[in-house]
Amino acid sequence: MLNFLKNRSASGWLMVSPLALVLVFFLVLPIIMIVVVSFWRATEFSIIPAFEFDNYEFLFSSPVTYSVFLNTFKYALITWVFTLGIGFTVAYFLAFHVRTQTWQIALFLLCTIPFWTSNIIRMISWIPFLGRNGIANSALISWGVVDEPLEWLLFSDFAVILALVHLYTLFMVVPIFNTMMRIDKSLIEAARDAGANGAQILWNVIIPLTKPGIMIGTIFVVTLVMGDFITVRFMSGSQSANVGRLISNDIALLQYPSAAATAVVLLLTVLIVIGILLRFVNIRKEL
Amino acid sequence: MPQLSRRNVLKGGAAFAATATLGAPTIWAQNIKDVTLRQFGTGVSNLNEVAAKVKEDLGFTLEMTALDSDSVTQRAATQPNSFDIADIEYWICKKVWPTGNLQAMDTSKIKNYDKIVGIFRNGKLTPESTIAQGTAPHSVGFTSGADGTDFVDNESGWMTLIPTIYNADTLGIRPDLINRPISNWSELLNPEFKGKASILDISSIGIMDMAMVVESMGEYKYPDKGNMTKEEIDLTIGIFTEAKKNGQFRAFWKSFDESVNLMASGEVVIQSMWSPAITAVKSKGVPCVYQPLEEGYRSWGGGLGMSASLTGLERDAAYEYINWYLDGWVGGFLMRQGYYSAVPETSKNYMSENEWGFWFEGKEATDVITSPFGDPLAKAGEVRDGGSFNDRMGAVACWNAVMDENQYMVRKWNEFIAA
Repeated sequence: MLNFLKNRSASGWLMVSPLALVLVFFLVLPIIMIVVVSFWRATEFSIIPAFEFDNYEFLFSSPVTYSVFLNTFKYALITWVFTLGIGFTVAYFLAFHVRTQTWQIALFLLCTIPFWTSNIIRMISWIPFLGRNGIANSALISWGVVDEPLEWLLFSDFAVILALVHLYTLFMVVPIFNTMMRIDKSLIEAARDAGANGAQILWNVIIPLTKPGIMIGTIFVVTLVMGDFITVRFMSGSQSANVGRLISNDIALLQYPSAAATAVVLLLTVLIVIGILLRFVNIRKEL
Repeated sequence: MPQLSRRNVLKGGAAFAATATLGAPTIWAQNIKDVTLRQFGTGVSNLNEVAAKVKEDLGFTLEMTALDSDSVTQRAATQPNSFDIADIEYWICKKVWPTGNLQAMDTSKIKNYDKIVGIFRNGKLTPESTIAQGTAPHSVGFTSGADGTDFVDNESGWMTLIPTIYNADTLGIRPDLINRPISNWSELLNPEFKGKASILDISSIGIMDMAMVVESMGEYKYPDKGNMTKEEIDLTIGIFTEAKKNGQFRAFWKSFDESVNLMASGEVVIQSMWSPAITAVKSKGVPCVYQPLEEGYRSWGGGLGMSASLTGLERDAAYEYINWYLDGWVGGFLMRQGYYSAVPETSKNYMSENEWGFWFEGKEATDVITSPFGDPLAKAGEVRDGGSFNDRMGAVACWNAVMDENQYMVRKWNEFIAA
């Protein structure tokens, strides 16, 4: 026994085994189960173990699937652009403009305050604000900006993306801020000494060095938006759909196999997207 | 494997008690306090007030879980051991009963069985009435025997659900924002209300509202709205998809509260709605009318079913509970919110003359009508939208239904939402 423990590779195995077991039970097995169920057959009430491609056939033969996946990508892309823009700016301000560490920490905590409430609450509070008779519309009318209430403020793609950006920007701020703090300030001084102006420093020094943070933030935002269903349901007034809603509708109607098939396709899509993203930046090397 | 528990030991004694003195708890009266019945159902009748009153009147504990219609169906069909009493709608019963998860109930143990309104027994409100389309409650209300998983078309003495609550639904409107009379279902798709209409996103109910609209527009006359063919489903949902693409709808709603908020905030001026939602809008001081329409109502009914796993003392407690349910207190409680009780005459004892006149007979209120929760709902002189019980339940055009082509319909519905 003692000998066994002394064996380097054996103790190595023992050390990773708790994590490996947790991952196997709570990540790998459920995913295998989803894949297995996606080949099963469902009637209205029963789910019959089988191996058939009906669920996938129906999924790929329905034009709705393609439009819904397209919609999901659209939400992910637009949300990514905005969260990146806002997240980068906020992180840049915190990392380079705020001089003292105390203020940096204080302002950073300020950013997280909205996260002390549930994200459903944060999302739903937009609804009375944006409504036809909401604060936004009455303010716009009283300022004379518009004569009629703006209908597209609520229950529209605009509302969905607004809520998504609001919910997920912090996931962009945190990793970008983190990598920015690691940038050696002398690099910026060196760039300045070499005659670079602000924009050139930003483009040629800071952005390349922040890439891993941007990439981690991107992975967070893209996976969160692609897997979301509740924001889309509430903010579009149930009128738009993304893949998450297809799955949740199927589950509500007991169509587990077809939900599983959609989930498998979504999982693969997200993995492909992340795979492509990782081609641009080697996160492991840069961390 | 038979359970070797308190339950089994008590079963003998309880069975003896049940045969000896029906309806009056005697020997096991002290044991019944330990009983806990788990009930689940849609929000409409799963009220904490009922559970509290059960504890007070009958002594045992009733645990309530409120879920939406889809989840209720799912749970009744897949998790028979998770509940003792299922408070479900008749169309859900049509889906769930064949699974054998519910047990038939002996009508001879139901004290007020003879007083249950005709709708739930032979389908006829009055001897002259015609039976509406869809899943009419009496058609799925009886089974062949204690172990039946079928439906029979006569009063066999074995009921699938004991009816408790029902109502006639129509469109809700904001009269202050519409300013003209509305008298047809087709108004839901009237371009005049572009961007200000809504329909509920529960496929099995929504499709019926759609059918009422399509028929009212004169687009198509259904042989049976409650059981459409694939072509009819395509046609119906096609008309609504086009309207959706033209921006007719502001939003779709799935839960009761959403429908209240949409209406009260003025986002929507005409939509499918449920009676207590109208009440909730009104109690915020916002005018709202449950508009009676020429084509008639879309009706629904619910009842209590017993889990197949319920035996012995628990089953006796369940019968006790069901008898108490029909005894009038709950009926009065529900009728004062605008629903109807399956045994209206017992509910009368628990309502004031003014309340009975307003809610059931369609008379002018002689005094303020308040909800059981204390909110004022109508002033003296007002009458109920749609009139009396016979006027409303007599004008039912269809019942909530589940179709043979249900799976196809659900897929098409999903496409409609995603379109």
